[in-house]
Amino acid sequence: MQNVSQITRTPLTEYLLRLGDSVLVLGQRHAELCGKAPALEEEMALMNVGLDLFGQARNWLTYAAEQINAEQAGSELDADALAFKRDAQDFRNLLLVEQPNGDFADTMARQFLFDAWHVPLLEGLAQASDPRIAEVAAKSLKEATYHLRRSSEWVVRLGDGTEESRARMQRAIDNLWRFTGELVQFDEVDQAMADAGLAPDAGTLVARWKATVEKVLEAATLSHPPFDAWMYTGGKTGHHTEHLGFLLAEMQYLPRTYPDATVW
Amino acid sequence: MYAQLVETGTKKLKTLEEMGPQERAFQEKVNDEIKIEPKNWMPEAYRKTLIRQISQHAHSEVVGMLPEGNWLTRAPSLKRKLQLMAKIQDEAGHGLYLYSAMETLGADRDEEIQKLHDGKAKYSSIFNYPTLNWADIGTIGWLVDGAAIVNQVPLQRTSYGPYSRAMIRVCKEESFHQRQGYQILLTLMREGTEEQKAMVQDSINRFWWPALMMFGPSDDNSPNSAQSMAWKIKRHSNDELRQRFIDQTVPQLELLGCTAPDPDLKWNEETGHYDFGEIDWQEFFDVVQGNGPCNRERIDARRRAIDEGAWVREAAVAHAEKQRQRRQAA
Repeated sequence: MQNVSQITRTPLTEYLLRLGDSVLVLGQRHAELCGKAPALEEEMALMNVGLDLFGQARNWLTYAAEQINAEQAGSELDADALAFKRDAQDFRNLLLVEQPNGDFADTMARQFLFDAWHVPLLEGLAQASDPRIAEVAAKSLKEATYHLRRSSEWVVRLGDGTEESRARMQRAIDNLWRFTGELVQFDEVDQAMADAGLAPDAGTLVARWKATVEKVLEAATLSHPPFDAWMYTGGKTGHHTEHLGFLLAEMQYLPRTYPDATVW
Repeated sequence: MYAQLVETGTKKLKTLEEMGPQERAFQEKVNDEIKIEPKNWMPEAYRKTLIRQISQHAHSEVVGMLPEGNWLTRAPSLKRKLQLMAKIQDEAGHGLYLYSAMETLGADRDEEIQKLHDGKAKYSSIFNYPTLNWADIGTIGWLVDGAAIVNQVPLQRTSYGPYSRAMIRVCKEESFHQRQGYQILLTLMREGTEEQKAMVQDSINRFWWPALMMFGPSDDNSPNSAQSMAWKIKRHSNDELRQRFIDQTVPQLELLGCTAPDPDLKWNEETGHYDFGEIDWQEFFDVVQGNGPCNRERIDARRRAIDEGAWVREAAVAHAEKQRQRRQAA
């Protein structure tokens, strides 16, 4: 069997893995929420968002697998192999999305901080010169736009709700803030993609993310730590928090336990 | 299904002659297959029985998400994960839809859910069985949704309009889930390893009898059936539906290449039906009364979700109120 850790990585495959892994891991966090929502309507909404994220993950990872197969002789990967057979250090998701669900404020704060970045990112990707990227991004953008609207509403509702909900939401924002540096910090892969006309440049993305965060947190009567506060980074290069290993152990349990199984 | 034991609160069936004019007009409408709508007059016992039946059904959808949710994080491929998540989402939707149908009868969703959490309301006992391997997700789709469909197809013609319409929509989605579940099992049996095939047989062994119990007690032990049939909120007897389910399921079982854990299961040329062994009714009543493998876990999980979400719902109400006051002040 092909060792999925030994794949060569070009900036494009690296970038596709970042896109796919972030939505996959965030989708998995939604799967954990099944049966735990504070109301039945929210149960539906959470499953709905989770479905969108897994669908996006499948699209990005399928493209990543095709790219890797094209670049590497003998490679026969597919999206499932990438999702279920890679180790934590080979995952390229943002640290933010692997953070545990916590309470509903933690869940919604994580979602909002991600969505506020995801929407302008997808807007940029929808303009990519690579038609496949543009197509997946355009479809994902419709979903992410709804996700952002919903998570913004919850941040405002909880921030400007009761004393308790406000305290919880403030704590969630403060806790998760250190993982937002990665969203706006461009490394050589991001830059190579932007230079190739495949991804948005740093300036636009960062400005849009900050503007959305400030606007929504203000409406929620909440504050945030400074943008230049110390940031915990590394997800994009495979240096994760302790949480990812457990998430993957659960998610990958069946394909890893039955390596001879070729279908499910 | 989802309403295997519904108390009607009536001792005996009244004849048309014994009824007052309102009740008689109501019963004649039911007899003529004219739907009863929320604003129509209806006997109090009919209303109460329907609230019990529809709320049981709604609770079953919501509790039924839990045994499947148990495998959602471990679904073995992206396709299966998407399918399972979509199925669970449909079930939440069915729950909402059914609670709404129930509310047309003057019941309150929160009150009925409270009864569930207090252990006073029933739900389908099948969901008190654990899901122990991945094939259980296929088996639940095939056998449990399959049994639910056999129960619910006749309810599309039930006498209460909103319930009937809810059933039409629910049945469509359940049929889709059933095919998907069977497809999981068929894939494992036809293309799977020996270990995967063993999962399927193990799963069928555990779910076979509980699935047959979903149709409720046998007819001679089903005291509420006659009234429910007269009201047309039940259209066939428990045993009749159970037989229908077995007759349609056994060929599918054979196609899988699996067996049922019932040595007495065999085709009867004379009756044109499958004969089957005696159900363990003690187990059935034990589970209904709260003594199944997962009764406590299921109720605890539902209670925890709603209790731990109380602050969220309070915040939403508080925020809406602030918004209202701001609009008034502006």
